[in-house]
Amino acid sequence: MPRQLLVATRKGLFVLTETPRGWRIGEPEFRGVPVSMAVFDPRDRSLYAALDHGHFGAKLHRRVGTRWRELPAPVYPQLAKGRVEKEGGGRPWPRSLRLVWSLELDPRTPGGLWCGTIPGGLFHSADAGASWTWNAGLWRDKNRTKWFGGGYDTPGIHSILVDPRDANVVTLGISCGGVHVTRDGGATWRNEARGMRAAYMPKDKARDPDVQDPHRLAMCGGAPDRVWCQHHNGIFVRDGSRPWREVRAKAVSRFGFACVAHPHDRDVAWFVPAEKDECRVPVDGRLVVLRTGDGGRSFTELRRGLPQRDAYDLVWRHALDVAADGSTLAMGSTSGRLWLGEGGGEQWHEFAANLPPIAAVRWVEAP
Amino acid sequence: MVRVTFPQVLQRHVTCPPVDVEAATVREALDAAFAIHPTARGYLLDDAGALRQHVTLFVDGEVVRERRRLAQPVQPKSRIDVLQALSGG
Repeated sequence: MPRQLLVATRKGLFVLTETPRGWRIGEPEFRGVPVSMAVFDPRDRSLYAALDHGHFGAKLHRRVGTRWRELPAPVYPQLAKGRVEKEGGGRPWPRSLRLVWSLELDPRTPGGLWCGTIPGGLFHSADAGASWTWNAGLWRDKNRTKWFGGGYDTPGIHSILVDPRDANVVTLGISCGGVHVTRDGGATWRNEARGMRAAYMPKDKARDPDVQDPHRLAMCGGAPDRVWCQHHNGIFVRDGSRPWREVRAKAVSRFGFACVAHPHDRDVAWFVPAEKDECRVPVDGRLVVLRTGDGGRSFTELRRGLPQRDAYDLVWRHALDVAADGSTLAMGSTSGRLWLGEGGGEQWHEFAANLPPIAAVRWVEAP
Repeated sequence: MVRVTFPQVLQRHVTCPPVDVEAATVREALDAAFAIHPTARGYLLDDAGALRQHVTLFVDGEVVRERRRLAQPVQPKSRIDVLQALSGG
């Protein structure tokens, strides 16, 4: 099977295929429709796409062979009539699916899927998306009412990390609600954001795990105790159940959204810095990627092949990925540019410059 | 029979030609229409069963203002038009 790259954009899902003559882009699936997330399931070779129809709501589709079929979207259970919940900022928190923000495979069962959503609910499917079960354990977290919306009006789950040693261990990144871990397959959860720091909160609340805004989490597949986090207020790293440590190595900026971990080497991770916090553009118009190769003691700035003037590309949290070889990266920007990074990001090649704004990139590789 | 018509822009995602249903209220008419076109339901109503924010209903040319319970009565010959805003870039 040739290597493929899923590129979820504001105007459809592009499935890029590597050919002997380079990468072929082709027409998007769901042309014109915003696609928030996509995932390929090598177990049955199906492809899932999460659509954001805006006024028509968020939807899920599954492709088997060449045929797409719409799946039922996850549905939130409702409160008793007349009751309204509010998020930590005091704004209404309606129990209605707004966006599918993360979609990951659950290896415990064929067709097993985890689905993280805005406004903050986690759903599970044991039948390839034919039905969804709302995870009540997470929702019953006694501090859930402290969670709040960051860029969106309500909280959301953007990262779902399944431990490759034991799929009952799952780690969630919630903006803004911290890092929640289950060790019993989702029955009970604990907020393990201890060590993180939220500069946007009053001082005495800055260390509260329930108000943290991890922008993205990434786990080293070969050493799953090592988890990286691009947080609203910097870069953090964690080993096992120890508190998070802030990475303070010198960098052009430590604000950003995306982060990926090396598939085998626990000390290697990549980040895409941007000017904090209101601007969210490359510092000085120069797009760079940060790589640490020593567990966060230092960063190398990777620039070769990336625009070094007048660049306003922001890389969203799901728009950076590393292939299983640990050295080929893919990165997409809000300006619709797409790059391939070789040699661990030493050299970048722009292979599309005029795509719609890119929400997510994801390698598809034969198992 | 009450005639329910769906927005043109929805046809791209869900095939839902107009339907004629027996109903005494807007809610009954929509429920009957969604029994015929089940996929359309999630496109027009949210998880709580309320009208999605940018969907508007007209009964015999008048806007339906009570959007949650949708209890407004309809006549046997009423016409319900479901309309949809578009936005964005």
